[in-house]
Amino acid sequence: MTEPIAPTEVTAVPRKSLVRSSAMQTLLAFGALIVLFVGFSLASPNFFQFDNVVGILLATAVNGVLALGVTFVIITAGIDLSIGTVMTLSAVMSGVFITNWHLPVAVGILAGVLTGALAGLVNGVIIAKMKVAPFIATLGMLNIAKGLALVISGLRPIYFNDTPAFNQVAMGSLLGSVIPGFDVPNLVLVLFGVAVVASLVLTKTILGRYTFALGSNEEATRLSGVDVDAWKIAVYTLCGLFSGLAGVVIAARLNSAQPSLGLGYELDAIAAAVIGGTSLSGGEGTILGTVIGAFIISTLTNGLRILSVPQEWQTVITGAIVIVAVYLDIIRRRQ
Amino acid sequence: MPEQHTASGHLSTSEALVRMEGIDKSFPGVRALDQCKFELRAGEVHALVGENGAGKSTLMKVLAGVYSKDAGRILHKGEEVEIASPRAAQHLGISMIHQELNLMPHLTVAQNIFIGREPRKRIRFLMDERKINEQARQLLDLLHLNLDPRSRVADLTVAKQQMVEIAKALSFNSEVLIMDEPTAALTDAEIRDLFRIIRQLRDKGVGVVHISHRLEELKQISDRITVMRDGRYVDTVATADAAIDQIIRMMVGRTIYGGAPEIPEKPSQEVVLEVRHLKRGRAIKDVSFQLKRGEILGFAGLVGAGRTEVARAIFGADRIESGEILVQGRKVAIRKPTDAVRHGIAYLSEDRKRYGLTLGMDVETNVVLAALGKFLRYLGWVDTARTRAKAEHFVKALSIRTPGVQQKTKNLSGGNQQKVVIGKWLTADTHVLIFDEPTRGIDVGAKSEIYRLLNDLARQGKSIIMISSELPEVLRMSHRILVMCEGRITGELVSGSTQEDIMKYATQRSEPVLTTEPAPAA
Repeated sequence: MTEPIAPTEVTAVPRKSLVRSSAMQTLLAFGALIVLFVGFSLASPNFFQFDNVVGILLATAVNGVLALGVTFVIITAGIDLSIGTVMTLSAVMSGVFITNWHLPVAVGILAGVLTGALAGLVNGVIIAKMKVAPFIATLGMLNIAKGLALVISGLRPIYFNDTPAFNQVAMGSLLGSVIPGFDVPNLVLVLFGVAVVASLVLTKTILGRYTFALGSNEEATRLSGVDVDAWKIAVYTLCGLFSGLAGVVIAARLNSAQPSLGLGYELDAIAAAVIGGTSLSGGEGTILGTVIGAFIISTLTNGLRILSVPQEWQTVITGAIVIVAVYLDIIRRRQ
Repeated sequence: MPEQHTASGHLSTSEALVRMEGIDKSFPGVRALDQCKFELRAGEVHALVGENGAGKSTLMKVLAGVYSKDAGRILHKGEEVEIASPRAAQHLGISMIHQELNLMPHLTVAQNIFIGREPRKRIRFLMDERKINEQARQLLDLLHLNLDPRSRVADLTVAKQQMVEIAKALSFNSEVLIMDEPTAALTDAEIRDLFRIIRQLRDKGVGVVHISHRLEELKQISDRITVMRDGRYVDTVATADAAIDQIIRMMVGRTIYGGAPEIPEKPSQEVVLEVRHLKRGRAIKDVSFQLKRGEILGFAGLVGAGRTEVARAIFGADRIESGEILVQGRKVAIRKPTDAVRHGIAYLSEDRKRYGLTLGMDVETNVVLAALGKFLRYLGWVDTARTRAKAEHFVKALSIRTPGVQQKTKNLSGGNQQKVVIGKWLTADTHVLIFDEPTRGIDVGAKSEIYRLLNDLARQGKSIIMISSELPEVLRMSHRILVMCEGRITGELVSGSTQEDIMKYATQRSEPVLTTEPAPAA
């Protein structure tokens, strides 16, 4: 009965797992970004200029930060439609704290970020505890945040003219003061800094592990003794926190909180994550992919504008790109 | 039930690892468990058997903290415990491997094993990935499993995934390991491996609960057998003292099987389906055969012989590379399942839940789904009176046991689900029915009903191809048997043949034998 057990089989890591991994999609996305850069540079001498590239980086910051947050949610096979308007609500809250209540800029920033986190927490509780489908729960939150932003601001933008330090947080250049002439706004540093943190959280921490586990097989995760409700709430809260940060970022950049802005941002962010290889059915995705996805979108927008393609057509092309990206991913998986 | 009735009567309570008494559990509309009891000792393999719906899985899910009981008590080493969650069960050393594998396919082997208990670094939020892989390695070595802890679970075979589940369960230092139908998807060699591991665990003092349909298998592996029927406890017997017939009688409450084979009268000579030189990759090398009106044609062979592939190719689910398909003497082009259905060919997959039924919908919808076009009035308006009548007709004609045609098919037993699928294809006027493992996952009692149904269909002039890995079933049911091996038909047998005849052809390789399994640890 206790005869020794022969090893069942020698396991070689199958080669196709590399092809199927999201690393491959990230690589493809990066390739696409390079192609776009080379293409636009050849098409117009105005494209590959320092100022223009900085412009692209700036344009990526807000969408990028939103996309980072929603990447976590999408990997759990969920969705968050409220990130755009939660961002706006957070910007307005920063405005209220800094401009209306004359509190320190740091407090205002914190208020903005926490507003986002709170909205995310509410999303998470509604989804995990009340079992409302993420699409519906966050669609509700989209409107709640949109409405609240208008109510709190009294329908008018809140300007930060009295507190130039706030704008400096985004548009000042720490790098420029270190390396003269290399005037890259802080905002870009914020994006990369946050991306690095997000990547560490996703790959190195327990939260990241459960993010993947939830999206891969939620029931199995639950049966493994993981408190899936709590972790789901954590993931939506984290996503809200990123939206709050995006709110602070956009307010600082525009030097104002625009209460009517925000709708539609959620779709660009989701598109960025998907182009970067995050699977809407859950279990797959990388932060690097999402950052590249966000860059693809802003590079495309920027390049088409330089080539004088009308705004309407830019939108059409962006939409087509998302479909092509997802289709390529499907073809790759089929092989 | 009086205590001396059970084989465990001589044991005192304290010797039992786990003891369940008077367990009740109801789901909306169903009383799943009614005063059930169960006892598991340390170092035994305890088989839990019963037809589908007997309550085996439910009882074990109560023990594993997946379901909460409505009444009754659970004693763990003599102490009464409340098991409110899977986690609580794990703390008591109780692990369950569920029927549908519960792994995270996107994660690695090691990540799956330690999900929920990842070794942490000094900063508690950070995982110690190196340690996760190391500990998984040790665990896999202990089980003599040659698996890379870092390979993605999605890339493993089902058998390997099962081993990962076992490794995971053992990583909890489980004293109680519950396995729900662990062998359902495994090959014979893989089952042998699994059994070795189960014996190894038993010898270490683990109490193993083995839920299975395969009674032969239980004779090999189990020490005691508990039988359940209709949510009730029937009896517990020592395996050595129990004959299979006796267990089956306890399961169904009546004797089945036995008796002469019930092959219906000879089919006519009219050929309804002919396949000539079918080829598709390595799976189908050269397959030709004829199917006659009113015939039941058995397809036997080992797993991987290409039988399912032939069926799928005829049905248009997979593209053929070359060859011809003739329906009633006329050559037809079947490129997709729609074409096959138009020519009257139906394919009933072995995986009914995935490919045969829309589980969330009711019996009526499923019955008419493949032929909804016949039930339209105008502007696409569905004539619900007629669909209802059709469904009710089949519920009666096929004796589908359901509270009504509005019942969702996911609430039916495997046998009744199979009947709904049959009803669906009869509604679609198909006359060639290809059954792939028609009784897989169907309990013993319902099997004979399915057999009778197949006979009736043949008698009514339907032609049936029956792919089955159960040799007694093929021998008992078929007019003729085609045996496949490695993508070719290697033999044709008539009724009256033996299992040995089939096996002779099933292993008749046309090419030099290549072992598919590489040498161990080369």
